[in-house]
Amino acid sequence: MKTANPFGQNIRPVGEVWVWVSGVGLAIGLFMIGFLLAVILWNGLNFFWPKRVALIELDPVGRTEFRDQKLVAGVIMARLALTPENLSPGNADLIDLAIEDPDYMREMQVYTGNRDVFANRNFAFLNMGDIVGITYPDDMLVLERTEWGNAIVRPQELRLGDGMIIAADDPSFSRQLRTLVNEVRERRATITRIERSQIGRLNARMSRERLEVRYLDSLEDPTPAQQAERASRVERIDEIESLIRPLMEQSALLRGMQREHSLAFTLIDGTERVQPLGDVINFYFPNKKGLFQRIGWFLFKIWEFITDYPREANTEGGIFPALFGTFVMTVLMSLAVTPFGVLAAVYLREYAKQGPLVSAVRISINNLAGVPSIVFGVFGLGFFIHEVGAVIDMVFYPRMVAINTPVFGTGGILWASLTLALMTVPVVIVATEEALAAVPRGVREGSLACGASKWQTIQRLVLPASSPGILTGLILAMARGAGEVAPLLLVGVMALAPSLPVDGMFPFVHLDRKFMHLGFHIYIVALQSPDTEATKPLVFASTLMLILLVIVLNLGAIMIRNHLRRKLTSSAF
Amino acid sequence: MSNPFQQSLFKPKAAGAEASSSQPDFIRILDYNFYYGEAQVLFDLNLDIPHQEVTAFIGPSGCGKSTLLRNLNRMNDLIDGIRHEGDITIDGHSIYDPYLEVISLRKRIGMVFQKSNPFPKSIYENIVYSLRVAGRSKKSELDETVERSLKSAALWEEVKDRLQESAFGLSGGQMQRLCIARAIANRPEILLMDEPCSALDPIATGKIEELIHQLKEEFTIVIVTHNMQQAARVSDRTAFFYLGKLIEYGETEQVFMNPTNKQTEAYVSGRFG
Repeated sequence: MKTANPFGQNIRPVGEVWVWVSGVGLAIGLFMIGFLLAVILWNGLNFFWPKRVALIELDPVGRTEFRDQKLVAGVIMARLALTPENLSPGNADLIDLAIEDPDYMREMQVYTGNRDVFANRNFAFLNMGDIVGITYPDDMLVLERTEWGNAIVRPQELRLGDGMIIAADDPSFSRQLRTLVNEVRERRATITRIERSQIGRLNARMSRERLEVRYLDSLEDPTPAQQAERASRVERIDEIESLIRPLMEQSALLRGMQREHSLAFTLIDGTERVQPLGDVINFYFPNKKGLFQRIGWFLFKIWEFITDYPREANTEGGIFPALFGTFVMTVLMSLAVTPFGVLAAVYLREYAKQGPLVSAVRISINNLAGVPSIVFGVFGLGFFIHEVGAVIDMVFYPRMVAINTPVFGTGGILWASLTLALMTVPVVIVATEEALAAVPRGVREGSLACGASKWQTIQRLVLPASSPGILTGLILAMARGAGEVAPLLLVGVMALAPSLPVDGMFPFVHLDRKFMHLGFHIYIVALQSPDTEATKPLVFASTLMLILLVIVLNLGAIMIRNHLRRKLTSSAF
Repeated sequence: MSNPFQQSLFKPKAAGAEASSSQPDFIRILDYNFYYGEAQVLFDLNLDIPHQEVTAFIGPSGCGKSTLLRNLNRMNDLIDGIRHEGDITIDGHSIYDPYLEVISLRKRIGMVFQKSNPFPKSIYENIVYSLRVAGRSKKSELDETVERSLKSAALWEEVKDRLQESAFGLSGGQMQRLCIARAIANRPEILLMDEPCSALDPIATGKIEELIHQLKEEFTIVIVTHNMQQAARVSDRTAFFYLGKLIEYGETEQVFMNPTNKQTEAYVSGRFG
């Protein structure tokens, strides 16, 4: 006889399997996110790590050569497997060779630098079967230059301006080189300061005057007053030019001094070269560095990357303008999206009579969040730039319209921010509505019973109580807005903007200026540079910075939100 | 203050105080019918609520006593699709007067809710809320109001050292007394209480009942309660409602000890409800 089970016959926990299935779903999601972050973190940070330079010796009788030499110096980037299908007919015998030594079916990708000499190529691909030795000699030197990327060289001697020569094996060579490089670095900063801010400021004034003159010239029948104005403006242009001239002379003089000292070195193929130190940004002996020196260098490179301007069509240097442009745009977007989103949500939730119309509006807003972003870009172009901007120009800059140089009637950071604000406003509305709905009815009734008006209730109780929820919406909006590129293409983003949207020149915030954006920068670097293979690490590093920027912005908002939450719910203020 | 009616709605406090005891019809409810959409919830109500007395509304759930209470300060205006017939007057003035701003009405009628509803602000700011929304922000006046209201609500001794702390740190009973203090902060004439003790333990309930006794010196109190003993303890007059109709209304002692209506008798003796 069966013993009676008081809980029924089936004592296996029914439905337990769904715990596992749902758990696996979550695990896969988390794994993918973790993997994504890990890949970007690893590749992004790897870009900054100072790698050793290998001297690779090739088999004298093998087929692999590098510029008719059997020696290659460079950073080993990757080891790639060859596939039989991809071998050229002349290399078909590699398959047979690989039977004895599988290395014949592998290739080593080596970053050789010296783009100026090596026919604009950054990499050498070496058959690993032909490699007979890899060493890391101490005297290998990496030069970071203002042009042509890095040079990987063996230094010969320092040629000073006064004719003195310091040989590379001189014990003081490294120290002397450091001193001189620091000297040219400071001088370069001075030149940049003169050219970018002093001359740049005067140039900006001058180009404004020139535009006015162009307008006055375009008049068919200028009045005497206009003729007088033209004369005075021309005079002012001359005045500014006379101010610029000494600055130009000064910078030319400094530029000349930059060429005073030079470094002689040989490339690995034996070519001798002399590089003026003015072109050298930095240098290091990669094989001599210890771990702590490497870590120091790594941190320094990250800092440099964040704070430097890009060089050589964005393929070298830092990302400061892009980072700054993204930041300013996101802040402007937040400033625009929050009031509109919150007010719209307040009307929808608090004032509008709930009914089919409001439901329809609500559904439309939700759907707006799913509209492809490029559509917003087209709208921004068609509405903000061609309509609003054109009207602003007609009212405030009629002369610029006359000579066909729009100010606000062309892409700029204001229109980009407003376009993104429009794109993200549904997120804020939805979040705010939810937050408003969560404010207890009792609080509203209590307030009304105290003699408060509806608006006073909203302003004094409902909005403060829902501010954490509103900030959550803003966080989501910022995360979406900061990473969006497609709409920006149409409303004012630039691959290389001449100036920052915020600077020391009156009125400090230049809403009409075009700007650089990190997302667009990544796109440009990844797809539009001469050697996309060489800029791959840069893409990862820039992506890492974009993620970090979004994290920093979000952390800021989260901290404010948590502060508000504590203030609203805890017993202590 | 731009609305002249706002001043004429009630007599000035001093004058009102003299006439207080001799005003048995301070609040008049006249042939009052009330509808939620199509459903009628109050039927032909007629009752007079005297000045500075405690009037209790009793009756089983859904009898309309809370609805009537919430109509006295037009709290039900928030609900869509409501409709009324008849009139309610306070001190001779209709609360439905089209020239009367509902805000000025509510400024003179404090209300305490079933569930305590402190604002997410400090204790101090909770009390002075009604002053602030009225545009009064003189520090000395606010301080004085906080002390007076909290003392009236028998809460002063417990919270005087933590006025700037959040009201959410108080216990349930303290929160409800805080709500009472908030309701009387702006010196209303009438205090509406909608089952103020239903969520409280007996000790907190006792404190609030004691408080009601003291408050009736100053205010006209209308209290809705489910608790027969409470109605008997705190009120001077009792109205018994059933299914939206006023069944019996009179001196509390008479309603409880000697009800004229069978339904009232059955309800107060606990045989139904």
